[in-house]
Amino acid sequence: MSTLTFTLKQATAQRIDLSPLVCQNLQDLSAADIAAIELQNGKSRRRVDELFTISGSDSQNIVIANSNDKLDFIGKDLASGSITVNGDAGAYLGLGMKSGSITVNGNVGIYAACELKNGLIEITGNAGDFVGGALPGNKQGMKGGTVLVKGNVGARAGDHMRRGQILIEGNAGDYCGSRMLAGTIAVMGSTGRYLGYAMRRGTLLLWNQPQLSVTFNDCGSHTLAFLPILFASFKSLNSRFADSTTAFNRVQRYGGDMAETGCGEVLVRSS
Amino acid sequence: MIINGVTIDKTFAEAFPMKATRAIITAQNEKWAMISAQAMTGFATSVIACGCEAGIERVLSPDETPDGRPGVAIMIYAMGGKGLAKQLETRAGQCVLTSPTSALFAGIEGGKPIPLGKNLRYFGDGFQIAKKIAGKRYWRVPVMDGEFLTEATTGMVDAVGGGNFLVLAESQPQALAACEAAIEEMRKIPNVIMPFPGGVVRSGSKVGSKYPALGASTNDAFCPTLKGVTRTDLSPEIESVMEIVIDGLSKEDIDKAMRVGIQAVCDLGAANGIKRISAGNYGGKLGPFHFHLQEIMA
Repeated sequence: MSTLTFTLKQATAQRIDLSPLVCQNLQDLSAADIAAIELQNGKSRRRVDELFTISGSDSQNIVIANSNDKLDFIGKDLASGSITVNGDAGAYLGLGMKSGSITVNGNVGIYAACELKNGLIEITGNAGDFVGGALPGNKQGMKGGTVLVKGNVGARAGDHMRRGQILIEGNAGDYCGSRMLAGTIAVMGSTGRYLGYAMRRGTLLLWNQPQLSVTFNDCGSHTLAFLPILFASFKSLNSRFADSTTAFNRVQRYGGDMAETGCGEVLVRSS
Repeated sequence: MIINGVTIDKTFAEAFPMKATRAIITAQNEKWAMISAQAMTGFATSVIACGCEAGIERVLSPDETPDGRPGVAIMIYAMGGKGLAKQLETRAGQCVLTSPTSALFAGIEGGKPIPLGKNLRYFGDGFQIAKKIAGKRYWRVPVMDGEFLTEATTGMVDAVGGGNFLVLAESQPQALAACEAAIEEMRKIPNVIMPFPGGVVRSGSKVGSKYPALGASTNDAFCPTLKGVTRTDLSPEIESVMEIVIDGLSKEDIDKAMRVGIQAVCDLGAANGIKRISAGNYGGKLGPFHFHLQEIMA
C-alpha cells in the first residue's frame, strides 16, 4: 500500500480546516468516501477532492503535499499513524494529538502541538508562538509527547506546559516556558526576554546563557545524574539533540520563578 | 550416582513460590555502588526472621547501567507482594538514598510495578522534581551531596525460593572450600541469588522444635556432633556439612545454578574430602518445586 497523499491543487484565499483528515477517521473509508469528506474553507465547505488531488490508500501513513500556511488543524486529535506535511503548515498543528507522529518539512504557524497528549511532532523549519501551549482560557498546555523544532520558535513556547518535552535546535522567542507547570524545554540557540515567566515547576535546559529575570536565583554549578538519561532518550531522534557531542551533565542551576513557587529550574550548560 | 568419588543422593531439594524484584544501584564508582548494595541486601538471609531474602546478583559495567556509571544489580525475594514492596522501600530509603553519590533504577521490566522511589520522593519536602523520560518516571530528590535520582517503580514477578543442596565433607575446611568453589561458579548464573553469608549456610534447619515457640530448629540429622545420639543421616567419616540456598526467578534458573554449583564441588571430589551431595526437603509438603539432584546432574 502506498501512502495516502493529499496534494493541494492550488493555494486558497481562505484558511482550510484539515482536522477531519487524520488516520483514525480515514482507516475504514473508501477512496470515494474520503474524496467526499467536506472541509471548512473560510465560510464555505468544500469536498476534499475539490481542494486536493488524492492518491494512494494507506490511511495510516498520510502525506499532505504542496502544503502552505493556510492549512490549519493538521493532525488534530491524531490517535495513531503518521502524517507528513511537505511544505508549510498553518495554526494548531497536532492540536490535542494522542499518539502517532507528524513531520512537517517546512514552517508552522501558531499553537503547534497545542495541548499535545502524546506522540512525536517534528518540524524542520520554524514554529510560531505558543508551541506546546494551551488554548486561550485553558489552564494546561501539552501534557506529554515530544516536539522537535529544528528552526526557531516564537514567543511563549511551552506556555502552561504540563508534561513532555519541547526540543528547539534554534532560538526561542520571549516568554519561553511562561506559566510552565512541569516538563522540559531544551533550547540550543538563544532565548528571549522573560524566560520562564511565572513558571511553577519544570526544566528549561539551555545551551547558552539567557537573560534572566530577577526572580530567578543562582543555585550554583552541579553535575546532574538525570541529564545523561535524558540525552540518551534523544538518540532515536533525527536531530542534533541525538548527537552525543552536544550532550552535557554539568550545568549552572537557577531556581525560579520565585514570584511563583520557585520550584522550576533553568539549567544552563557549563564547562 | 557417583561423580569423581562424590555420591549424589537420590533425593530432591524442595522450593516454594516467592515474589521477587531486582534493582540497579549505581554510584560514582564501583566501590560505592557495592557499599550501597551490601547495605541494602544486609540482614536478608532468610524470610524466617528477616522479612525477605536478598543478595547481590552481579556487578554491572557502566555501559549496562541506565546512567552510564558503575553499578550493582541486587535482588530481593519475599513470600508475598506486600511484604516485598515494604522491604524494598524501607531498604531503598535507608541504604541507597543515604549512600553517597548513589542512584537507583528498576531492574525488571514488566511484571507488577511496585514503588521504588515513588514514595521516597517525599523526603524532598516539596523540592523533589519528577521527570518522565522515554516512558519511565524518575524522581530527582535534592540531598546534601547533590541529587538522588531514582526510578519511580520497578517490576515484581513470580519467583522460586529455597532451592538448596548440602555438601558433606570429611572436615570443616574441606566443606567450606568446596562451598566457596561452588559459589564462585554459581555467581556467574543470572537471575539467582544465594542469600546467606557468603552464599553458604552452616546452620540448616528442620521444621519444628521441642520448644513450642520455635517453628524451626537445628537439622540434627545432619549435625556431625550428634551422630551417636540422634537419628543421623551421616556416615562415620562425615565431620562437617554446609548448605547452599538458592532463590531464582524461575525453576530453570535454579536448576542451572545447582548444576554448576554441584559440579564445582564434585570437581574437587573425594580426593579433597568431599563425600556426598544431599538436599533438604520436607517430604514434598513444603513447596511445589522439587529439584531432584540426580536429574539435575544427569
